[in-house]
Amino acid sequence: MERHEWMRHQCRKLFVRERDQGAMSTQSSEDSHPPPLKFKAKRTISVGHWPHQQEYRDVAQSYKGNIIHTTKYSLLTFIPMNLFQQFHRAANLYFLFLILLNWVPVVEAFQKEITMIPLLVVLTVIAVKDALEDYRRYLSDKKINNRIVQVYCGKQNAYIGKRWKDVQVGDFIRLSCNDVIPADILLLYSSDPHGICYIETANLDGETNLKQRQMVSGLPLQGVEFNPASCFIRIECENPTNDLCTFRGFIEHYSGACAGLDNMNLLLRSCTIRNTETVVGIVVYAGHETKAMMNNSGPRYKCSHLEKDLNNEILWCVLLLVMMCLTTAIGHGLWLKQFKHTVFLVDEDMPPALAGFYVFWTMIIVLQVMIPISLYVSIEIVKLGQIYFIQNDLDLYNEHAGCRIQCRALNITENLGQIRYLFSDKTGTLTENNMVFRRCSIYGIEYPHVENGCRLEMYEAKENEAAGCSVTLKSACRGKSLSCRSLSCNRSSLSLHTLAAESEEDRQLSNDFLPLTSAFCSRMAKEVIPDPDLVNKLSRLCAPMLLSGDVTFETTSSLELNYITDFFLALAICNTVVVSSPMQSQHSAQSQTLSKSLDGIKLLFQRSSLPLFSALATHSPTRSRGSHGKTDDIFHSRNSYSNGASDNEEDMRNERGAENDTDNELMYEAVSPDEAALVHAAKAYHCTLRGRSADSFLVDLPGIGAMTVRLLHILPFDCNRKRMSVVVRHPLTGQVVVLTKGADSAIMNLLETPKGGEQAQETDIHIREQTQKHVDNYAREGLRTLCIARKVLEEEEYEVWLKGQLLAESNIDNREELLKVSAEKLETNLTLLGTTGILDRLQEDVPETIESLQRAGIKVWVLTGDKQETAVNIAYACKLIHPSDQILTVNCQSKDDCAALLEDLKLEVQCSQERISQKKTAEDHGGLSSGSKVGFILVIDGRTLNWTLEDASNCFLELSHSCKAVICCRSTPLQKSQVVRLIRDKLKVMTLAVGDGANDVSMIQVADVGIGISGQEGMQAVMSSDFAISRFKHLCRLLLVHGHWCFSRLANMMLYFIYKNVMFVNLLFWYQFFCGFSGSVMTNSWVLILFNLFFTSIPPLIYGILDKDIPAEQLMRVSELYQAVHASQASPPFVFWFTVLDAFYQSLVCFFVPYFAYVGSDIGELAFGSPINASALLIILLHQVIESHTLTWIHVFVLVVSAGSYFVFVLLFSVCCLTCSPPTNPVGVEMLQMSQPLFYIVCTLTTVTALMPRLLFRTIHNTMHLSALIQTSLREVE
Amino acid sequence: MVKEENESPNRPDNTAFTQQRLPAWQPMLSAGIVIPGFVLIGLAFIGIGVALLITSRNIQVLELDYTGTEQNSPCFQCSDPDKQNCVCTLQFSINRLFEGPVFFYYGLSNYFQNYRRYGVSRDDGQLYGDLSYFKEPYDQCEPYRYDRNKRPIVPCGSVVNSLFNDTFRLFQIVNGQQKEVPLDGKGIAWWTDYNIKFRNPTVTPLRNAFNGTVKPLFWPRPAYELDTSDPANNGFINQDFLVWMRRAALPDFRKLYRRITEGDYTNGLPAGNYSLEIAYNYPVLSFNGRKMVVFSNVSWMGGKNEFLGIAYLVIGTLCVVMSVVMLIVYAKFKFPEEE
Repeated sequence: MERHEWMRHQCRKLFVRERDQGAMSTQSSEDSHPPPLKFKAKRTISVGHWPHQQEYRDVAQSYKGNIIHTTKYSLLTFIPMNLFQQFHRAANLYFLFLILLNWVPVVEAFQKEITMIPLLVVLTVIAVKDALEDYRRYLSDKKINNRIVQVYCGKQNAYIGKRWKDVQVGDFIRLSCNDVIPADILLLYSSDPHGICYIETANLDGETNLKQRQMVSGLPLQGVEFNPASCFIRIECENPTNDLCTFRGFIEHYSGACAGLDNMNLLLRSCTIRNTETVVGIVVYAGHETKAMMNNSGPRYKCSHLEKDLNNEILWCVLLLVMMCLTTAIGHGLWLKQFKHTVFLVDEDMPPALAGFYVFWTMIIVLQVMIPISLYVSIEIVKLGQIYFIQNDLDLYNEHAGCRIQCRALNITENLGQIRYLFSDKTGTLTENNMVFRRCSIYGIEYPHVENGCRLEMYEAKENEAAGCSVTLKSACRGKSLSCRSLSCNRSSLSLHTLAAESEEDRQLSNDFLPLTSAFCSRMAKEVIPDPDLVNKLSRLCAPMLLSGDVTFETTSSLELNYITDFFLALAICNTVVVSSPMQSQHSAQSQTLSKSLDGIKLLFQRSSLPLFSALATHSPTRSRGSHGKTDDIFHSRNSYSNGASDNEEDMRNERGAENDTDNELMYEAVSPDEAALVHAAKAYHCTLRGRSADSFLVDLPGIGAMTVRLLHILPFDCNRKRMSVVVRHPLTGQVVVLTKGADSAIMNLLETPKGGEQAQETDIHIREQTQKHVDNYAREGLRTLCIARKVLEEEEYEVWLKGQLLAESNIDNREELLKVSAEKLETNLTLLGTTGILDRLQEDVPETIESLQRAGIKVWVLTGDKQETAVNIAYACKLIHPSDQILTVNCQSKDDCAALLEDLKLEVQCSQERISQKKTAEDHGGLSSGSKVGFILVIDGRTLNWTLEDASNCFLELSHSCKAVICCRSTPLQKSQVVRLIRDKLKVMTLAVGDGANDVSMIQVADVGIGISGQEGMQAVMSSDFAISRFKHLCRLLLVHGHWCFSRLANMMLYFIYKNVMFVNLLFWYQFFCGFSGSVMTNSWVLILFNLFFTSIPPLIYGILDKDIPAEQLMRVSELYQAVHASQASPPFVFWFTVLDAFYQSLVCFFVPYFAYVGSDIGELAFGSPINASALLIILLHQVIESHTLTWIHVFVLVVSAGSYFVFVLLFSVCCLTCSPPTNPVGVEMLQMSQPLFYIVCTLTTVTALMPRLLFRTIHNTMHLSALIQTSLREVE
Repeated sequence: MVKEENESPNRPDNTAFTQQRLPAWQPMLSAGIVIPGFVLIGLAFIGIGVALLITSRNIQVLELDYTGTEQNSPCFQCSDPDKQNCVCTLQFSINRLFEGPVFFYYGLSNYFQNYRRYGVSRDDGQLYGDLSYFKEPYDQCEPYRYDRNKRPIVPCGSVVNSLFNDTFRLFQIVNGQQKEVPLDGKGIAWWTDYNIKFRNPTVTPLRNAFNGTVKPLFWPRPAYELDTSDPANNGFINQDFLVWMRRAALPDFRKLYRRITEGDYTNGLPAGNYSLEIAYNYPVLSFNGRKMVVFSNVSWMGGKNEFLGIAYLVIGTLCVVMSVVMLIVYAKFKFPEEE
């Protein structure tokens, strides 16, 4: 008995540990000696009286408190620190350099304060932005720090409320259900009888499924009530790390007991306690040393390609600037040389060369606007504006989930407009990842579940309808549930009798508890309509007494019934699903009064299984000895459990009548959605998983009611075995049974060789063949297949295996390996029960989206971990592959084969392409348009891909280049990222990766644009992505519309900025030819600086945020525009120089028209500048009007305000500024100028002449180019 | 089923702004809009150009160079920089009535009043009549800030120092007699300069304000004695001084000297012979400059300038031509679409 207890403990420990993949093996058996700790850096926490307590106190001083500061600055440090950070930017340093330069008297161009304005403005704008962000962080910190938590206070010997920030390492903390955990806490006590605590880590990683944590075991702490006053413990653990998955340490109790600690014992900060009444723990890490805080990294930074181009262009600007300054410097030297003792020369002693040198630097200051430094700030603002619009797009809003698109990277909006390659994950990205049980095959007989299929289609129709009329989630759900219910009632009432009606009721009610986030429990997955045949067969089980006497019992043999029951039992329990309910009765495995017929059923079951387990009878005495007799044991344990449960939870109902309520509240939370789907499928056949605990399941069996299934072992899923198993004691036969669920390839090889009687052998082979056939059919339909098998263990066999298993468990060094070997030892000679087909529906509009993207010139690649058949089927379904396409499959057995095959295929493709082109030309001559285009689809599997990436990457690239699409199956996350990197680096194109799961993270991070789909598999993909969308179809609008807009807006704005600066600066340059290259300006210096900073800065921002070169509808309809417009803009050198040339022309006009108008007259210096500035402003603003594609009232308003503010400013300035701003004091200048008609005559002529070429070019370009483009693409569409 | 919109707090606002559906004018600059526009602009420009050209043609201008570098010039002997207080007389005749009001300019060429270091070298505070700057002039005035004895120069600076100091007297020769033409020196400077920007210190008599200061080096007389004939025209509000201080934009410039509006010459200068008496002081040879006097009348568009009229005509014509070209382009590319 003792040994039995120990075994149970081991099992539980194993079970618990294996739920956590990252658990380390420091936890050894519960022997009293502390386990060898492998870590060096450690922290010690001790409570109570221990030796060296004083030393500990000193050490503990260094542990951080629980107060957090995520702010970067404080009030005092804000200005210096912010300035320090801002001066890390090259642009600001440039400004600083100019200011310093202006302090040198010989080169001083303006007053000192004027040169400071640009820098001050830029610094202020950024500082205000930073301050606001920081203030928001400060507020949230304050809120978090002041939360209240129950902390044990030694003096009062009670838990008192303390603020989070006052919590210290070593404090005992009591938490209740739904409390947020304030620090990293070692779980010492849980109100749960098994010491389990559930936490939700949504705040940490966004995953909403519950995770189990286990209180520290092996210490004499597990009293009824945990009392911190008497708890003297010492904890040694590793120093804080940012690794969420590992935690190592050991705990020593005063009594001398020791235990190892691992991740399962640790409750992480900012997680939430769920389904557990009370939890007590000791703080191990606090504040910034918690794992959650250490994982808090800043936003991602990906470099924008356009900004790289911009840097080039700015380098050109610098070169231009230097050339202009050099010209001026040389000119000034030569100019000075020709004069001697001239009345207007000031400092005649200065050598001309030195004067030229000084003028060079003066000109650098004067022409500083040439370098569009404010452009960087403007780009940031524009991108924020663009992101605002992306996030507010209703078309990117998911009505059902109520979530918008999230833009996590703020600086790469324009990358969306240049995508050439799209890499997509399959599951969850192209498909819903909403696994729905579709059909199954048991005992070699296929159950097509026709109505279930209809239901799924109905659902789809409903969903589309619901999406069409914008109803909110709740009302939509309710509406759907009503209609679905009535529908299924009508259809299934014949076959389901009263059972169906009852479950309908359940479903209806359960809806109200459906939380928005519990994605696995979507209605679609829940509502499986059972197949009538199968229900019929199962109903035999419900009425066994009738059956036993029934003579017409010929269709269903008892063996088949046995298979069916075990099949559903496996579906229900062979998983890691957590059952939860709001009432925290998740594992109350209590029984109810047994139905009278149970004995009969049991009898039937044993009788029917006799042919199979012929040896069973002989061994039954042994078995009885091991477990107090099989039937008695079951009843006994159930009864005892029942008593215990009712003691603790008296309000829990024992009546069958109350069962409905619990049924309603059942919520399954699974790690993977297909597990949930299978559990729901089993539930539909009334094989309901009601609860689970560490060592048992509570399962409803059809017609029998709730039964406890003793769990002996879980052999968890791993990628190599591709299967998982549970070892349980069968509730009906009492035998030890292994239930295995796994991929067909894994299961089929492990089946036992047929034995027994000839008939049995035949049946066996028949079942296997039929099932294989069904599996293949399912795969062809695009269903995910899982095979279910079982194995009945003899008691001796089990004992032998158990020994090995326990040995493996207790091994420290290579435990993982031994466990694997042990699992493989058990999973042999399986009996195939059947197979399931799980439907993972395509997301809505996926085929349209893919087609649209392909037309946009984006190559779509699918990288999936699924097997080839499924991947290809999905590719067909989403129209990535057209029926006319030729599929090139590359599956090789060796490296050399692989290279050779690739070469062959390349040749083949080239040949056929030539043939096609020949054919095409022939057709073209004949005047026929080619009807169907033959494309090549490359399908490659993971192993071959590996070889390809290693050796033949060039060959692969060439081949894939000529293929329409590439599908990589069975690829690992690493391979996915390797493929993306290969394309990105070798082809130098913009890549986009989209995925939803943790396996896509590396790919998302590598790609130029990473898109996460917030779906079923947690939030890891979203957390690492640049943009997070909720549906695949949103990609289309995101790329084709927003990507296009953002790119063209930004590109145009950058060009415009450069144009504006070159144009304005050249005016000053031309003047140098008439003022002895002396660095004079004909403008007041304030106006000069403010001209760029204020009067012409807002319109480009509006232009960059709001301009729409092509309407959204057209972009969506004519995807080709994405590529075409991009191609026309993709030659920045040409466009850049064209713009610069135009700027030169405009500035020439803008300077020389006034020059010729005023030459020889009595015009004053500033009076000469006045019409030049005014017309430059008009030209610059009107230039934008010409370049804009759309003008809204906002544009008009901003343009008018900009122009107006200039005139108001200069007029006021010319009135008010009496002696200010020497030597360009503006008093009276503008007033006088603007009162003269000549001013307006000059401005009109200048503006019209300067803008005429641009206007002409635009007109001709629009008439010829753009319309032709749109027309041709429209024609293509038609 | 009740449709409740905006129930979800996360739902983006469905406004024209957030959905980028603001009503917009699309300046798709198609030929259809641009051709009529160009024709209109072209015609308007041709109209303005004709008006400007006619106006400009009606303006009479008389330029007389008196630099005296040529041997036959009456001012030849005065161009020697060593010669002091030289006076030369220029004879000229007018064929027909020079319509009034006639503006009398002096002109300088190759003179860079817009040289940066020259332009900077002035003290607006002094010129505003602020006595504190009399003791310590603005440092940009160097090297015309203090004299050798460290006495402050008022007004200081290079611009002031280089004040144009030739003076002119105009005589009409009527029957061999010289009849002096009255020259009006009032109001030749900007109103704002005279009334706002430049002020004399409020000290009477004015010369007391200049105690302890010295006159600019090149000046023959201190600032308070600039105009001996009119006591009100002295100090910083002397009209000639104001005109000089308004620096010219370009190296060849003219500045208003006087207007001829009084007496018998209200309607202009009648046809006949004139003589101009020039007190030749200002050195221009060092920078190869030239000096001249200019008589001109002005119109609504300022002085004589053919360029603007011609430019308007050219651009107007270009616009019309362009619209024709575009019509061709339009015909070529627009019509096939409509088939």
